[in-house]
Amino acid sequence: MSRFEESAPARGGFSFDLCKRNEMLMQKGLKPSSYLKTGTTIVGLVFQDGVILGADTRATEGPIVADKNCEKIHYMAPNIYCCGAGTAADTEAVTDMVSSQLKLHRFHTGRESRVVTALTLLKSHLFSYQGHVSAALVLGGVDVTGPHLHTIYPHGSTDTLPFATMGSGSLAAMAIFESKYREGLTRDEGVKLVAEAICSGIFNDLGSGSNVDVCVITKGNREYLRNYMLPNPRTYVSEKGYSFSKKTEVLLTKITPLRELVEVIEGGDAMEE
Amino acid sequence: MDSIYNDLNAPHSMGTTIIGVTYDGGVVLGADSRTSTGMYVANRASDKITQLTDNVYICRSGSAADSQVLSDYVRYYLHQHTIQLGQPATVKVAANLVRMVSYNNKNMLQTGLIVGGWDKYEGGKIYGIPLGGTLLEQPFTIGGSGSSYLYGFFDQVWKEGMTQDEAEKLVVKAVSLAIARDGASGGVVRTVTINKDGVSRKFFPGNTLPLWHEELEAKDSLLDGLSAASPEPMVS
Repeated sequence: MSRFEESAPARGGFSFDLCKRNEMLMQKGLKPSSYLKTGTTIVGLVFQDGVILGADTRATEGPIVADKNCEKIHYMAPNIYCCGAGTAADTEAVTDMVSSQLKLHRFHTGRESRVVTALTLLKSHLFSYQGHVSAALVLGGVDVTGPHLHTIYPHGSTDTLPFATMGSGSLAAMAIFESKYREGLTRDEGVKLVAEAICSGIFNDLGSGSNVDVCVITKGNREYLRNYMLPNPRTYVSEKGYSFSKKTEVLLTKITPLRELVEVIEGGDAMEE
Repeated sequence: MDSIYNDLNAPHSMGTTIIGVTYDGGVVLGADSRTSTGMYVANRASDKITQLTDNVYICRSGSAADSQVLSDYVRYYLHQHTIQLGQPATVKVAANLVRMVSYNNKNMLQTGLIVGGWDKYEGGKIYGIPLGGTLLEQPFTIGGSGSSYLYGFFDQVWKEGMTQDEAEKLVVKAVSLAIARDGASGGVVRTVTINKDGVSRKFFPGNTLPLWHEELEAKDSLLDGLSAASPEPMVS
């Protein structure tokens, strides 16, 4: 069987050869290079007027916190936002890519984007990479057909739910949702519940931490509440201040606007050969 | 600690119990509602009975991603086929399309399926399409991890020409038996009945299902006793 595979011409599509090589190397003991993972707690819930998404803000690189205040709620369309857990590069790239595709689609159709469109684009991309694009997403938005909330797993499967959690802190957050969620929450109740679930992830999961971001999407309106809660302020600041040893050379920083030095021609002739 | 992370990143699979039975006049499809990633229940209320056309539905088991994508493809092919044919697709055609996709991609897919529906030529029909892509037309069929516990049950209880009510009760009883014994099956029982009059979906929450050997009655959540506004303070 393997002999036939080698002699067949390349048929296009993703080649998994390097993935096989990586797995073989890891089995032999090679440590995988550490990449930025968003340990993460991300949640979403449907309330009476729309959907509310929530996320923590810690990005980890192995055991180190690489970014204490990263943004995990990504813009997809004016009425659709997507929280991402997993490898930070993968979630950023896949949400950016689908956001561009949605914009082109809006130009093409002349209509507001629908959540199921984003869902199908994301799930087909992730399925074709067979789980190697490590992005676990909570997609939420409000379109002409109503409010929608979906979870998308790295292998490309999706679920449609009234409330959802993903990421390493998902168990802690789900415990809060399962005990307190009910249908027809008001906006304030919903935001409070989402913040509570994210805090549960922040305090009980080592991969999640720092602040709470919330995004409320309703028909025709969205509120991106960046750093809605800051439950982990910096509590100790040294009174003595931070000074460098005498040997350190402190260079001056000066920004010179280039306009002072060069002649700027506004609206000149087009370049000619 | 690592094992928990592994679980959350494990592929989404539906442990599952799925059933399809024919009765006098149509078919009844039944399934549980648990989707697991490793040992965590990712969705406790999933819908594993997906629509392919107005009169043909499919029960999905195995890898969630594979079965969802396969159903999407077959729904697309069937839609084209219906337009070209000018009348509703037959269950046999739907089942064959599912089999073609499943067999031709057998190396990459891991999903067992049951296709069931009603058409005016053959009436109610059930087709089982297990892992390798075999197509088998059967009066009843079971699938998924929970089905192992049901072979003996069906051998004893199955009879031809049941009424719709008997068939639905049989399916609900069977799924609840499998849920009692299989860790990868759980949640609620969903059934879809398809006959000449159309399609009807039913939903049986966990607390309406019969209790089996040594099962305890479901108690309401202990949290219901606490009022959300002012919980009683802990007193030492």
